[in-house]
Parts: sequence; C-alpha cells; structure tokens
Amino acid sequence: MKAAAFAYARATSVVNALELLAAHGDKAKVLSGGQSLMPAMNLRLLSPDLLVDIGGLAELQGVAVKGGTLVIGALTRHVDLLRSAEVALHAPLLREAAAHIAHPAIRNRGTLGGSLAHADPASELPACIAVLDATIVVRAPSGERRIAATEFFKGIYETALLPQELLVAVEMPARGKGSAFFFQEYARRHGDYAIAGLAARATIDDGRFSDLRLGFFAVGDRPLLAAAASKLTNVSVTPTVLADAAATLVDELDPQGDQQASPAMRRHLAQVLLRRCVAALLARPDLETGAAQ
Amino acid sequence: MTGSAMDALSVLDRPNSYIGKTVPRPNLDRLLQGRGQYVSDLELPRMAHVVFLRSPHAHARIVSIDADAARRMPGVVAVVSGRELETVITPWVGVLSHMKGLKSAPQRAIAVGRVCWQGEAVAAVVATSRAAAEDAAEQIAVDYEQLDAVTDMRTALDPSTPIIHASLGDNLAFERALHAGDVDLALSGSDAVVEAEFLFGRHTGVTLEPRAVVADWNAAEARLTIYQGTQAPHMVQNIAALHLGLKETQVRVVCKDVGGSFGIKVHIYADEMATYALSKLLRRPIKFVADRVESFNTDIHARDHRCKGRIGVKQDGTITAFEIDDLTGIGPYSMYPRTSAVEANQVVNLVGGPYLTQNYRARARVVFQNKNVMCQYRAVGHPIACSVTEGLVDLAAAKIGMDPVEIRRRNLIADDAYPCTSPSGMKFERLSHHASLTKLLQMMDYEGLRAEQAALRGTKVHRGIGIASFIEITNPSAAFYGVGGAKISSQDGVAVRLDAQGSVICQTSITEQGQGSESLTAQIVGSVLGVSMDRVRVILGDTDNTPYGGGTWASRGAGIGGEAALQAAKVLRANILDVAAAILQSTPAGLDIAGNSVVDAIDGTPRIELSELARIVYFRPDTLPPGIRPELMATRHFVPRQYPFAFTNGVQASWLEIDTETGFIKLLKHWVVEDCGTIINPQLVDEQIRGGVVQGLGAALFEKCIYDERGQLTNANMADYLVPMSGEMPDIEIGHVVSPTLESELGAKGAGEAGTAGAAAAVANAVNDALRPFGVIITEIPLTPQVILTALGRI
Repeated sequence: MKAAAFAYARATSVVNALELLAAHGDKAKVLSGGQSLMPAMNLRLLSPDLLVDIGGLAELQGVAVKGGTLVIGALTRHVDLLRSAEVALHAPLLREAAAHIAHPAIRNRGTLGGSLAHADPASELPACIAVLDATIVVRAPSGERRIAATEFFKGIYETALLPQELLVAVEMPARGKGSAFFFQEYARRHGDYAIAGLAARATIDDGRFSDLRLGFFAVGDRPLLAAAASKLTNVSVTPTVLADAAATLVDELDPQGDQQASPAMRRHLAQVLLRRCVAALLARPDLETGAAQ
Repeated sequence: MTGSAMDALSVLDRPNSYIGKTVPRPNLDRLLQGRGQYVSDLELPRMAHVVFLRSPHAHARIVSIDADAARRMPGVVAVVSGRELETVITPWVGVLSHMKGLKSAPQRAIAVGRVCWQGEAVAAVVATSRAAAEDAAEQIAVDYEQLDAVTDMRTALDPSTPIIHASLGDNLAFERALHAGDVDLALSGSDAVVEAEFLFGRHTGVTLEPRAVVADWNAAEARLTIYQGTQAPHMVQNIAALHLGLKETQVRVVCKDVGGSFGIKVHIYADEMATYALSKLLRRPIKFVADRVESFNTDIHARDHRCKGRIGVKQDGTITAFEIDDLTGIGPYSMYPRTSAVEANQVVNLVGGPYLTQNYRARARVVFQNKNVMCQYRAVGHPIACSVTEGLVDLAAAKIGMDPVEIRRRNLIADDAYPCTSPSGMKFERLSHHASLTKLLQMMDYEGLRAEQAALRGTKVHRGIGIASFIEITNPSAAFYGVGGAKISSQDGVAVRLDAQGSVICQTSITEQGQGSESLTAQIVGSVLGVSMDRVRVILGDTDNTPYGGGTWASRGAGIGGEAALQAAKVLRANILDVAAAILQSTPAGLDIAGNSVVDAIDGTPRIELSELARIVYFRPDTLPPGIRPELMATRHFVPRQYPFAFTNGVQASWLEIDTETGFIKLLKHWVVEDCGTIINPQLVDEQIRGGVVQGLGAALFEKCIYDERGQLTNANMADYLVPMSGEMPDIEIGHVVSPTLESELGAKGAGEAGTAGAAAAVANAVNDALRPFGVIITEIPLTPQVILTALGRI
C-alpha cells in the first residue's frame, strides 16, 4: 500500500493551480484534504503523474455572507462547517450533515470542495447543497462559471467539472426565516458511508408544506432531489397522502446494491426516511408510526 | 499443593501484596511515550524489504512467471520464485497425530506450479524499500490458467466438485463423531424437540499492527535472528530451524512489543517462512510487514461454520439431549503447526458444556476450499459452541413457555457437583454457573428490565434481553498440542534473580501482546519476594534470554507463566532468607521479607535491606560465615498435570433495542460475570473481558469476510470490513465469582477469551427476544440490518 511515484506541486495561487492543470490535463489531480485521494493512490487505484496541492491557497478559504448569499470557500474543512457561526445561522443543514462525515481526524482534513468534486453518491454534502439550492463556482484559465448544484453531479464520481477547472466556492441563499431542516442517514457504524440518507429543507405554513426539498443520497448514482416532494406540498398530509408520496419516491429511485444493502433495502429505507422526515418536520409522530403498519 | 503451609498462605495474604490489586502496568509509560519496540519500526543495516506478488485467482495453474522487467527496476535486489526458494526451505503439512484422520497437503513458502487461494504468494520481490518493491511487483507478468474454485463448503464433498489436492482423494480434511448417552431415547422421551441451523460469518482478527517479521541471517555466525511479532517465540524457533535445515541453537527469536495478536500471530505463515528463507538466500536482513490488504487476504480467518443443532426438552424444563452437525470450510491447507481442525474439534468438545444432560451426539466435518486459510482466533470454537448451545436453550424455553433464566437454573450443573465430566469427556475441576447467574441477574436487575421491556412494547419500542452461559478452556496442558506431536511447549519457565543493588530481574517465557503479561509477572514476583514492583524488571520475548516455554495464547499466560513466577520467587525468597539468617545470626523461619528489607517475622522490625544483603553477597562474600553459598537466582517451570485444561465459566447478558423499520440494532448494555479463579490484577482482567466482548459483538453485528462465488474476497479493507467501533459499543459491566484452581498455588485460570466466547450468543438471544412479537427467529450472525429486515419480511 504505497502510492506509485508522482510529482508534487504546491500551487501558489489559483492562477498558478489553473496553469498547472492546463499544462497536465487529466494526468494531474487536485489535492485538497486528500481524504479520498490518498487512500485511492495508496491502493494504486489512482496513479496521477502530478498532484497539484491547493491546500495553502488562502483565496479558497473562508465563509462569508455577501448580501443574501452565503459563500463558502472550497477549502472549508468539514470541521469548519461544524464550527462556523455563519454556517450555523444560514445553513444549519450543513452543520448537521458534517457531524455524520466520517471521524474527527477526517473532518479535520477533508474539505467541502473536495467532497463535492469527488462526488461520491454516498456522501452527505452533495445532497445538502442540492437541497439548499446552491451554486458551484468553478474557475478555468478562461474565466469563471457557475453551475447549479442540481446540474453539477453527473454520476458516480462524475461531475460537470472539466479537467482544467478548479472548484473554488459554493454559494447559496442565506437562510430565510421559516425554513426547517431535517437530516438523517443510516450507516452501519457512525462515520461509515451511508446506506441511505435524506437531507431536507421545508417551509411550513399552518401545518402544511408550502415548500419542500428532499435530497436523498446513497440511493442512486448521484444525489436525488425527489419529485415526490410535490405530492406533499400545499396539501394536508395524511397517511394516504404520505403513502402516495412514498410510492412516487420508489418509482424515482434506482439504487445500486452493495455489501451493506440490496436495492430493495435501499428503497425501503428511503421510504422510512421520507416518513420520518415528514413526521419530524410537521411534528406529527402519528405519520411515522401510522404509515409503518 | 506444594510448599509449607506458611508459604501457601503468604503468597496471597502477605502485607503489601500486589495480588488482586489494580496497579499500573510497568510498560505503560514506555508505550505511551512512543518507545515501544515494534518489529514494524525496526531498521537494520543492509536491510531490504520484501513484497509478495499474490495470486488474483482463487485457484489457478501458474503457467509462467516473467520477472525480467521487474529485476531491472530501480532498487530491486532480487525477484524470487517458489521454485528458487524451495532450495532453502522445505514444505510442511499442518497435521497433528491426535486429530485422528486429519489430512492436509504439503504447503510451500511461495506457491510452486499452482495457487490455491486469492492472496497466495507467487513471487517475492526484494528491494531497498517497500515502495520500490511494490513498483517492481507491478512489472511481473504471471500467466495463469484458471482452475475451478471450490468455494461453497456445502458442496465441497459432492462427487461433482473438483478435488483441490488430488493426492488426498477428497476435500475432507477432518471429521469427528461423538455419541454419549442415548440421544435417540432421550429425544423420543422429550415433550418437545427443537432444531435450527446456525450460521456464522467468516471473520478475522484485525490486529492494529499487521504481521511483521525481520529475518537476519548472519552467515559468519551461521545464525538466524528472527524479530517477529509472535505469541510463541520458541515455537517459531523450532519451526524455522526445522524447515531451514538448522539446529535450534542457530535460530534466535526476538519478540518485543506486539500490536495485538488475538491468535492471529500464534501460527506460522507462508510469507513469514519465505522471509526467513530469503534472508538465508540473500545473506542480509529482510523485512516483511503485511499491509492491510494483505492482512485481510492472508491473516488466518475463523468461524466460518454452519451448524445444525437439536435440543430435547421436557415440560418441566429438563433438557434431555443436545445434538449437533457442524460443517466448516478451512481454505486449501490446514494451518501450520496447530492445524485447522481445532476449531471444529472445540465445537464438539464444548456444546452443551454448562448443562447437566449426558446425552450428546455430535458430528463435525472440516472441508477444504479455495479461500484463505482458517485457523484459531481468540476463543477458538467457543463462540460457535456457545451460540448453538444457548440459542437452542432459548428456543427450547420458548417452546415450553419458560423464562430463559428459569430453564438455565434448572439445567446448569450445580455448583457443588464438582469435579465432574462432560459428555464429551471434558473434566471440570470447579465451576460456578449458578453463583454467576445469580450475580448477573442482580447486576442487571433482570426483573426490572423485563418490566421495562413489557412497558415499552406498548409504545412499539422493541427491546430484548439475551442470556448466555459459557465455559472456557484455559491453561492447556500438553493435551492441546504436545500429545499430537507439535513441538509447542505447554510448560513455562521463569528465572528470578536478586541483583547487586537489591533489584530483581525476572526472565519469563510467556510473551506480552498487550494483555499485561509483564505486569502480572512483576506483581507476583514482587508480592512473593516482598519487593516493590518498581524494583522488578521483567524480560520476555527472546529465546536466547528467557527460559523455554509456550508463550501467550489459549488464556495461559497468567495461569501457567504466573505460577512459574510464583514458584521461582518462592525459591529465591527462601534462598535470600537463608543468607539473611547467616548474616543476622537468626533462622530463616524467624525472618521475612517486606518492603525491600529482611524483617523480623514476628514484629516486622527491619533487620537488613535487600540492597545491603546483596552487597555483602556479591562484593564481600569473604565476610559470610564459612559454608554459606548464596544462590540469589532461582528458576522454576510449571505445567498443569492433573487436568488437561483449567475450565472457567461465566455468563453474559445483552440488552438491546431493534428499530424494526430499519433493521438497525442498538446495543444498550452488556453484562458479564466471569470466574477465572484468582484475580491478579482486576483492571487487566476486566479490560481483557471487555476487549473480548467487543470482538464478540463485532462478530454478532459487523464482521464478515465476504467472498464471491469465484473465491474472491470482496471486502479486504477497513472501509468495507466493519470492525466494531466505540460509538456502537454499549457499556460493559463486569462482575466476578472466584473459584481458584487447586492445581496451582496461585489458583489463577485464564481470562483472555471469556468475553469473546459468549458475547455473540447473548446478542443473538436478545435479538430473538426482541423480535418475539413478530414470530421471527434468526440464527445467523452477523445480524446485519439486511438480515433483520429480510427476516421481518420488510424487504
């Protein structure tokens, strides 16, 4: 378990990083927190010729609120999501999700940008930023472009990011008053990759959802913003309505099987998550237990 | 009992005795300050690193190996095939004569002509660094012709299944049948007969430090020094010498700190043999440290059993008979030198062991397959025997509508019925099942938990209670290996000497892998001598510098090595008092040693400090009375003779909650009451039990080596193979009942495997207890959410 030989360059600026990526194309890999990249290299699943280490770039760090927008630098570490007052205030969902990412040692190194660019379908943050209606800011030598989170994830480890581009920041609307959040995942052990997970944001008026975004993860090849949410919006949620939404959800899902869970189990758990989410957000425990029978 | 009555009392009852006290381990500061001496960290001049190119196939003929490109890679010292290595080291066959009928095929350090499991080494690459060797290994081209792989133990004996080793005639490695009493009569006279098939996942030990060895052949001395993380240095010495054509005096095995063993490091592995041979071949130090993927693919696996069980019971709760049919697949070879028949053999020995019935029929079959080799891992056979026995007892209780505690009360062997013999011939000196169960029920507030469980069921919260009584084999005599022809010592020796400044040097043949061998030895020696522990220095793990002995495995260190330490210290004490009496013009009986001084036996008045006595003995012997010949070093050895094993017993309980919608189990609490006889260091005993429980809980819920139908291990990494982690572990409360063995003066039995023996059984019983309202019975571990949801019909 020793990585194959590789060259290493410590980028001095984003411009410098982009130059290096332009010069080496897909033979280069960006090193951010290294929590997925380094194990893959040690197992020789990946053997890049060059690592472009962006870890020292101050311009990629920091969390700020600009106008009504929360801007989170790509190098923001998971532990920073847990500790940031701005995140707690404007995107508490990210803080809740970060607590489920692996273990402290990994949270101390792993970064938001790295997690999004890696695009592991079982990871928490891609689903969260999809739910939060975020925009991903990427930079190329030719300039900057913005990609909606919902358009960013293309498949297992696949994103809209081009080899010459660098993910520099994530922007999202700062939380409006009245939003409620839900986050839950099922993993064999705390810190393991989820078998199934759900991140949700809701606006609730008078006991009804006026807006509901349900971001499922680990149940498909990318985070799924479930259309089933529309079945629950602007209606009085009854067990029948919820069962109907769950049926819609199952049709939307195309989960893979692995050693922890079969596709059928993932479908089942996604429905359990849906029921528990709705019951929790509406503070209606009857919906959870009622639907379970 | 040996020694005078006063001595017998003195060991445990002396003032300032360390026995039964929690004292810090002497090696703690060293380890915590990063000054441990692990083989993984060892660097020697001219040392090269070996990496093994391993077969990607479960079963294949090696057509050709082209290593030319690899040899030209930077830093490469040599690329060595199995054929080349055969000139240096001979093959071996892992059989023992007392396992009647056990057969296996010759195994080589590196495969010759054919590979029999995914992970078997096909070539060794020796280079100046591990990384350079890995680079070169990628350049070796091996042409394989794939052969059919035998992967399912259930069909391994079918006529249509290929035979892995043609010379053996079939894939049956070992079979044992046993019939005691009259099972058919007993079952026909029962009010109910319940049966089930119990499935156990294949798992492995996952030591923090992987297997590591540095072999250093010194051609000038014609001597091989092996630095190895092993549990049995003298066994390694014997085997290395045997297969390298050396005398034992030409082999020294040094084993300092070891990062976990759990039975994984009590065997001789092919890659370790290859490393010894490579050092001899290349005449330089060679280092092999398994990486994590190699560990999963080559460290022994264990437990992969399918065991059918039957129990007969009468309406009054009397258990009438046990019957089992156990099947296990062990990989392509029986492991060397302890063999891979031992686990199945233990299952036969132990099923039904805590209970009264003498009607017992068992069959165990051990078959070959093209998977990694299986062998002994912590609590060999015990978790299987315990899960089957306790699972059947709970099924019987449910069938007749009796409380699980009540059926045990009515069937556990009475505490005053000893000595007695089990239907499988196991001799029990003295066990305490009933006292242990009573204590457990108090600790857990059984009635209170039952009430809580009933109340919560009304709110659709499903909690379960599981109880598991168990027996554990410890302190093995020569009956384990010696009688079968293995050169594995069952006795241990300790040498104790008083040095010139009154400090004590103690050399012991038991080894330390974290369980506290060093501490318990110092505690015993300090207590018996009347010397403070900080004056006692313990040396272990060096065949040149310790007495000959077995090492640390099978829960034997404290019971056997500890007794040797006690007896050696007693002799030294007597010798010291003889000299003191001469110096002080007193009598030995009038003197004692306490607080590092010779004192008056009656009133404790200090008479002479040990440092002063030692000064006189070593530097001014001319001042001693004529005829006095001081002997300030003593050696004693110990081996149990009366009982083949010192059985211990205990009982565990699990309290857990099942989310019946997700299939996830939350462990709420775990209790253990254990009887290991004399407790030398309560904290070490309790932590041994807790660690063992955690490994048992890993088996119950998480750990499984997952092979596909082609014999590929598909989860050989720490992300996919789930070891138990602290976040999922419950509080584990431990209590003790103390029934010392009378075979030794110390009275200590082993405690290292008790936790592992019964933890999974308690959890499985608790799961079935929780799921009782659903009419579901699960007899399979690990109890994954997928298994639970499937049983509940949710998916």
